[in-house]
Order: sequence, then structure tokens, then C-alpha cells
Amino acid sequence: MAVEISATSKLWRFPGGIHPPERKAPANLNNIQRFPLPPMLFIPLHQHIGEDGELCVAVGDYVLKGQPLTIPGVNNGLPVHATTSGTITAIHEHPLNHPSGLTGLTVCLEPDGKEAWYPRQPLNNMDALSQREVLQHLQAMGIAGLGGAGFPTARKVAGAKNIDVLIINGVECEPYIASDDRLMREHAKEILAGSHILQKLTFAKQLVIAIEDNKPEAAAAFREAIEQFSVTADFSADGADPAGSAARTNRQPILKIVPTRYPSGGEKQLIQVLTGKQVPVRGLPADIGILMQNVATAYAVERAVNHGEPLLERVVTITGEAVKNPGTAWALLGTPIDYLLAQSGFKPGKKQRVIMGGPMMGFTVTNLQIPVIKTTNCVLAPTHKELTPPQAEMACIRCGACEIACPASLLPQQLQWLAKAQDYAGLKQHHLADCIECGACAYVCPSQIPLVQYYRQAKAEIREQTIEQQKSEIARQRFEARQARLEREKEERLEKHRKAAEARKAAQAARQSEATATEQDPVKAALARVKAKKAQQTAPAANTESPQGPAGSASQTTPEHKVDQKTDQKDAVAAAVARAKAKKAERDRLAQAENNNEAEKPIAAKNAPDHDKKDAVAAAVARAKAKKAERERLAQAENNASTTNTKGSDNG
Amino acid sequence: MSWLVGIIALSAIALAAGLILGFAAIRFRVESDPIVEQIDGLLPQTQCGQCGYPGCRPYAEAIANGDELNKCPPGGQATIDQLADLLGREAKPLDEAHGEEAQKTVAVIREDECIGCTKCIQACPVDAILGAAKQMHTVIADECTGCDLCVEPCPVDCIDMVPVATKPERWKWQLDQIPVAVVDAGQNTATSAPSASKVS
Repeated sequence: MAVEISATSKLWRFPGGIHPPERKAPANLNNIQRFPLPPMLFIPLHQHIGEDGELCVAVGDYVLKGQPLTIPGVNNGLPVHATTSGTITAIHEHPLNHPSGLTGLTVCLEPDGKEAWYPRQPLNNMDALSQREVLQHLQAMGIAGLGGAGFPTARKVAGAKNIDVLIINGVECEPYIASDDRLMREHAKEILAGSHILQKLTFAKQLVIAIEDNKPEAAAAFREAIEQFSVTADFSADGADPAGSAARTNRQPILKIVPTRYPSGGEKQLIQVLTGKQVPVRGLPADIGILMQNVATAYAVERAVNHGEPLLERVVTITGEAVKNPGTAWALLGTPIDYLLAQSGFKPGKKQRVIMGGPMMGFTVTNLQIPVIKTTNCVLAPTHKELTPPQAEMACIRCGACEIACPASLLPQQLQWLAKAQDYAGLKQHHLADCIECGACAYVCPSQIPLVQYYRQAKAEIREQTIEQQKSEIARQRFEARQARLEREKEERLEKHRKAAEARKAAQAARQSEATATEQDPVKAALARVKAKKAQQTAPAANTESPQGPAGSASQTTPEHKVDQKTDQKDAVAAAVARAKAKKAERDRLAQAENNNEAEKPIAAKNAPDHDKKDAVAAAVARAKAKKAERERLAQAENNASTTNTKGSDNG
Repeated sequence: MSWLVGIIALSAIALAAGLILGFAAIRFRVESDPIVEQIDGLLPQTQCGQCGYPGCRPYAEAIANGDELNKCPPGGQATIDQLADLLGREAKPLDEAHGEEAQKTVAVIREDECIGCTKCIQACPVDAILGAAKQMHTVIADECTGCDLCVEPCPVDCIDMVPVATKPERWKWQLDQIPVAVVDAGQNTATSAPSASKVS
């Protein structure tokens, strides 16, 4: 059943949820600022989910604003771009914008202040392009989801089929953060244009923009933008959609105001609020015909398509009571957060913490040099009073408050026990994977148990185990393949030896027959001579016959068959005598040769061909021995000469 | 007489029951669970031979035949526990005689020192080393199980076992193990963690 939302359709409720103090006030009051260029930009190669691209610049290169620094690698990764023009001073490990505080490969770009652009290629005739071409453009522009995890937008859109509703998420439910709020107030028109581009790409029948009811100004801005849009836009001119869906498509965007409740901005929660449907376990919203994009992503798509600008900057909220001028700012990707804080009048207190993200889902940074990346939405510097650091964990009193608060209908308390017991099978059974790590359970916990931390560790452990299992399976396959190969090679070697032996036998046989042939030659010659003599005696008239070949004599014998029978007998005797003589001569000759060669084996042959072969073998053996002795002598000499290469030369 | 009848009757019943059982044992024979496969599936497949068997599968067979469970250092206590669970045996601590549970490592060949002898290639149980005679060899890091078997045969000792670096994607959220930056009231710039490298 297709999902349908109308302007007046009912809003639903997701289970649980909390109402933490919003505290958006000081930051969302002023326009988005633009700070001067920072002295140095740190652009990490990894800013989103997926594989890193391959570096295509070197230290010392001068790069232009928007120039790609990496080429997307396998699996539809995203490139990162130079966020301003300047010189690359270093490419090295730099602290990453990640809770672990680990370092990663980072391009250090020193801005020259000129902001010279790399050639921009807007897609002016988007309607003439296929979906694939537009998505390729979005990928090349490095567009990732700016709402949370940073999933490549092109991949998300390409993977979504049969989309009924495209939801543009402007909920921004986490306390303090006002980036999307300000963006919506100031750029509602562009967001709407970007949303329409996304709607075209997904062939979604409906476009819904969802905003929480604590952002009336943003909602008003959108209402105005939608009104303007419906007055000016000409829907019938659209040719990009297939004819069927074009007819069904309602281009009029629907603005939905959802009640404020954390975490209604979560993808699954917002879908439940708008449609009353739940995204299936281990499923995607696309499975129920829904695709969700953040407002900032829609804005970035608009910049990429209509202006040819890659994703170079984003709105970051800099707030907290330790900051004198809280507000929002356009921050170039790669701007170190200490620069943003310094520009906002950061007055660090005692044991000052700086949180990346909001108070619910953010993490305490380990280093203020970490850069703004595609997923950075907030830098929070709270005072001690404002946001007390985590207290010592107390024992769980089984109050069940966490279960009431959980928006994913999980059992946080049970998960906590299982995580502490490292019962990973039990955790899987209790659907730990469905936990969105929103922090509502930890927020309501009276015992100050850092529940989400337990879940994250357990999730990481489960992921690690899965990876290890896959790796060990691959190792097993490789091991078995190797064993099979060794077995096969052994068999092949044996087969080769057998064949070689056969070949040797065949060669020996050939040699033997050859030997007999050469041995018989003098016999035949003698035979022929005798025959010729006889023939001359018996038939002097026929003296034209040739005495050379046995063939000639054979042809000669046929006409006088009877006479030949007698001669044949005599011939045979003569031949035997000749054979014996030849044999003896041969033996003498061989004996002499053997003496000369200092052959080891005594002659024990009974007949000439066998004897001949054995001799040859003996000679070969002697040759091989001499060769080996020579080699050994050389090796020893080499050993003496250089001690380092001993083992190598053995193998050579 | 009644006792004789009793004996005869009981014997007859015993015989009949024995025949039925014997028939059933043959007729309804259950192919034994491939326990070796299951054990092999739990072993880490490093093929390192630290257990004293030439690979994980031979050790799995040995375990199935009653060998101790605690001879696999790469698997560590987790594997021992899983094996004990599977086989219903007691989980013992790792047998120190076979080595200690160490950090995961990967072999790295110092390539300019490699003389191309192919000995490590022959030693690698998972064919994770590439190279040819008198050509430089290199390790495919993704396929290396860190078994150490290539280190010993190398005639020029150019193979190092390097600990696997943690990647952010595979980081296990050990928050207590990272230094958290604390910004002091006195200074305006942040003091950073020791790992930080400031670029000039």
C-alpha cells in the first residue's frame, strides 16, 4: 500500500521520547555569520561513510577552490575538495573528527585568500540528463547526507526504488543545535529547489517538508517559499519523469509541522510521526516507499546542480555558555574547531569540555585542532553548571524509566545487563542493532548509567566479531585452497616424474633400436657382398644389380626363389659370423672408451644395446658428479668471499 | 516352577528388547554431527600451529578426539569459552606453554632487504605473500593472519610482525582509554592530547 501524506493528514506518535531543555535561543537569533579564512585548513580524506578516495594532489601543489583532492575509489566513495584556493603544505596524520581521537590522513591547505575557483560546471539542462548522470554529478560534487551519518547522497538515491514520499527533514530535534533552523530561515527557496531536484531524481510522488513546531520562523519561510513556487513554477513543462508517474506526481510540496519531542528528527521516528508506519527491522525507509533527506543536503544538492559548487562548507552552530557570541556560521570543511571557537569569543572555564555535536548524541573532543567535516553540525562549549559532566555510575534500580523513554521500543535495562555480561547473542536477540543511540535512556536514568556507551561498545564488539569471523572464514578458505594446491602440485610432480621415466624408456628403446640398426649395418653390408658374389656366380648375365642396399638384393631374390633358399642359409651363417665379429669389435672399442673415461660401473652387459645404454648412463653420472663437485667448489669459494649472501646463493 | 517361568519370561523380554534396540541402532542411525566442522568454525583460522598441530583443522580434529581446549593463543579466552560451551567441557585458562594471547599483528616485509628466496612464501599457510624467485616479496596485509610462520624461515630476517593499527571504523569505544582534552581557564588556546601533532 502506497504511503500518502496530505497537508491535513493525521500525525502519529512514536513510542517514548523526551523533552530536554531546548536551549536553542542564543544561537538561532542571528544570521549565519561568515568568519575570515582560517590560517590553515585540515581536510581529512575520510569525511563520510564508505571508502576513502585516492589522493590526487601532492605536497606543494597549488589548488583552487573546489578542486578535487581525491578521486573516488571503489564502491562509490566520495571525493573531498579543496575548500579554498591555496597551497598544500603537508599531507599527514592529523587528529580526526571522531570520538576515538585517532589520527587519519589529512591534507593541510594554507589558504592564499584569493578564493580562486576551480571551473564550475552547473547542470543547466538537468531535465535532459538521465538520473544516472545527475547522480554521477552529485557524487563528483562530494554530496553526503549532512544530517547525521554522512551517507553519500547519490548512493542513497540510486538505491531507493519505488519511492512514494520524499521527506525533507528539517526537524533538528537535538538541543542547542540551530544550524538547520537558520539555514531554513535564510535559504528556504534554495532548499525547496534542491528538494525538487531530489524529487525528480527519486521519482517521488510527494514531497513533504517536516519542521518541528519550535521553529515557527523556519516554517513561515517555507510557507512563503512554497507559495512563491506554486505561483511561478510551471509543472507541465517537466519532462524528466516518466509519463505515468508525472501525472500522478503532486509537485506541490506539503509542509508538516511536527510536535517537538526528542528524537523526532531521527529517520525512523519522523517516518512514524508522519505516516504511522514503522521501518522494518534491518530494513530501510525505501522498503516502505519513503526516502528522507536533510534540509542541508537539499541545499547542497541545489548548489551542486544549479551552481556547480562541490560541498565545501556547511552551517555549524557554535554555542554554549563558555562562548561569548554563540551563533551559527558557514564553516569551510577543514576549519579547525579552535578557530571557530576563537572567532566566537571562547572563554574556557576550569576543566572546560568541548562537545562535537549536541549534548545528547555528541562526543567530547580530544583535541581542538580537529576539523569541521561534512557531518559536523555543532560545536558545543558548555560551562560546568550548564551541562554537568557525567557523574559516577550507580547501580541500576530497575525503575524502568529508560524503557518508557526508548523511541525504538527496546528494553534498555535488559540490554545494559546483557552488554555488561558480554552476552552478544542475547543482545542480538534483543535487537541491539535497532538502537539509534539517541541517548534518551541515559538522559532519564536516575542512576546516571551511561547506557549508550555500553551499547556502543557492545555494537562495536559485535561488529568486530563479525569482521573477525568473515576474516577467519576467508583464511580458512585460503588455507584449504593452498592445501589443495600443494596436493595437486605433488601429484603433478609425480605425474611429471612418471612421464619423464616413460620418455626415458622410450628414448632408451629408440636408442636400442638405433644401436641394433647401426650394428646390423656391417652385417647387411657383408650379407649384400656375399649375395652379390653368389649372384655373380649363379647369374653372371645379371650383373647390373646394385650390391649396396638390402632392398636391391631382396628384389633380386624374388625371381630366383629356389636358388636363394640355399644361398640364404649360407648368407645367414656369414651374417652370424659378421655379427659376432662386429660385436667383439664394438666391445673392444667400448672397453677402451671406458678406460679413457674412468667410468665407475663395470661392464656387465650381456648384449650390445643394453650395454651401450648402461655405458651412456655411467658417463652421464660421472659428468653430473664432476659438475656438482665443481659447483660446490665454487660455492665454497663464494662463501669464503662474502659471508652475508651465503643463504641466498644456496637458493639461487 | 514359577521362578523358572519368571527367568524365561524376563530373558525373552530382554532378548526382544535387545533385538529391537539393535535394529533401531542400525536402521535409524543418525549421521554424527560434524563436530569437527563446528570446532573448526570457532577457531581463529590463523593456521599458526602454536597448538602443536599443523593448522586449525587438525587441532579441531584433535579437540574432537579429546585434546585440551586451551592451546590456541590467537583465539584467546573467548575461543576457549566458546569451545567449552560447544563441547560441554570445562573452560580452562589459556595454556601458557603454547604462547600468550597477544595483540593482533600483521607481517610486513622490509622490501629493500628481501633477497627473493621464496622461503616465506612456502611457509605462509594462507598464501598471503606475493613474489617470485629473486624478485622482491610483499605481504597482502588484508589476508595475513599474523601467524608468525614466515618470520623464522627468512634467511635475512627482513620480516617484522607489526601490530594492527586501530581504524576509526573499527574502534571499540574505549572512552576510558583516550586522553580527553581539558581546556584551561588560564590560556586561550587549547591544550591538546599528547597524540596531537600541530602543523606549523
